[in-house]
Amino acid sequence: MTDRFPIRSRVLHWVTAIAIFAALFIGFTMTNFIGSHGALVATHMTLGISILVIVIIRAANRFTHKPPNWPDTVGHREGKLISWSEKSMYAMMLAQPLVGWAMVSAAGLPVRVFGGITLPRLAPFDADLYGVLRQAHSVLAYLLVAMIAAHVSAVLLHTLTLRDGMLRRMTR
Amino acid sequence: MLPQRGAATLYRVDHSGPSWRGTALTRRSVLLGLGAVGAFLTVDLGLVAYTSRAGTLTRRSFLAAFADVFGVHPGFRKNHAKGISVIGYFSSNGAGATLSRATVFAPGQTPVSGRFSLAGGNPAVADTPNAARGLGLAFGLPGADQWRTAMLNLPVFLDNSPQGFYDRLLASKIDDATGKPDPQVMADFLAQYPQTEAAMELIKKAPVTMGFADSTYSSLNTFHLVGPDGERLPVRWSFIPHQRALPAQSGGPNALFDALIKQLKTAPLHWVLRLTIGDPSDPIDPTLPWPTDRRTVDAGILTLTEAQTDRAGNARDVNFDPLVLPDGIEPSDDPLLSARSAVYAGSYRERTTEPNSTPPVQVEGVNP
Repeated sequence: MTDRFPIRSRVLHWVTAIAIFAALFIGFTMTNFIGSHGALVATHMTLGISILVIVIIRAANRFTHKPPNWPDTVGHREGKLISWSEKSMYAMMLAQPLVGWAMVSAAGLPVRVFGGITLPRLAPFDADLYGVLRQAHSVLAYLLVAMIAAHVSAVLLHTLTLRDGMLRRMTR
Repeated sequence: MLPQRGAATLYRVDHSGPSWRGTALTRRSVLLGLGAVGAFLTVDLGLVAYTSRAGTLTRRSFLAAFADVFGVHPGFRKNHAKGISVIGYFSSNGAGATLSRATVFAPGQTPVSGRFSLAGGNPAVADTPNAARGLGLAFGLPGADQWRTAMLNLPVFLDNSPQGFYDRLLASKIDDATGKPDPQVMADFLAQYPQTEAAMELIKKAPVTMGFADSTYSSLNTFHLVGPDGERLPVRWSFIPHQRALPAQSGGPNALFDALIKQLKTAPLHWVLRLTIGDPSDPIDPTLPWPTDRRTVDAGILTLTEAQTDRAGNARDVNFDPLVLPDGIEPSDDPLLSARSAVYAGSYRERTTEPNSTPPVQVEGVNP
């Protein structure tokens, strides 16, 4: 039998999954559609700051606890790849909200989240810096989409093709 | 470290056919896995593609239309490309504080960063009296209670929908052969948008003033003021000039800007902020004026003290997004506000990632 993650890890994982999915979808929407722009941006920023807080808690939990073993279907090389991609995803999940926060600061805008809480500025008012951060925010968004696609695909192949109960470690 | 288990099972292949570390790969399990992956990727990447799907009016459509009509001008705003920055302050007399809880309306001073501009995406266009003049203001930049507004010297706006703006932009493209928009294209456009034709009539009736300094700049879009007690009132605001403009002296390409710079080098310029309070039944459609008997409140005086060439750190770097509002001012449901905010963000992203060019209007070159 495959070990499962403890309940707190599972809750943190699925909350992050839903929030990141929503933040990405709203992010791609608000940079294309011209309707409801103010509400979309406000929701996106609130989601981003929420993700930042959750991922900090999640990272603390992950790197102070040993996760359950992988099923036997995971070999040495795949294990290395999984380990590397997990660390990359943590790095991106932390970086993306921080880049967004700094980017809004660099545009000279108030960083207002949760309908009225103004956060301190992470960067000075500087349009060139904004440009760099803005591009980085998009690059990170596409990288996250690619990493999530690879992550879900790998879990589905393990669970359905190798029937090793990979998904069950994170469910039930 | 990495678990090294599974090595024992690696060689225990007790079935015929392909396997992965001891697990048989049946046709069924492979198809199930690949099918699920395919379905997930279709939905996941499909959603990403859906948000920028063709055939809808996106902010990219607007940016492409500006580039088509005005050409590509790296580093400049995609509309209102030609302009100068100004600095000054707003002195509130407190009269607005009963209507809005925004701190800018409490008695006292708020620093202002602003920009005068001409409509259009060509930063080197020659000044003409009939080109729409813009004034963008950022109150309290870069603080938490910021208020940004981008206004025009018109009595009403020309369009009441993003599609209308887009179609008018394309219809007004200058035909290289004649130096004017194609009259047939414009006539077809106006036949489709009677509200724009009516707005053009109102604009024609309003006298065009001599220059930037004696122009009235108006929000045109409707907003709401939220009072200390939470009461919401429809509002449109205008900045009413307190002075005459110096006549444009040179017939040069920057005649209007030069006159403004010259005047600002001599003395500060003043505008009164007039809040017009609408009736709940008044239209939010910006092509329609409000009745002239609506209550007005003069909330204070805008003083502009210095003209600056557009450069890093001044209003060149401000996106005058109409949805950047302090607590106490809220947007109305006018769809143009959201569209402006979205397209301005696209323009800001483009120009902040493009190389900067020297702005055609140089404040230093104008003598007082």
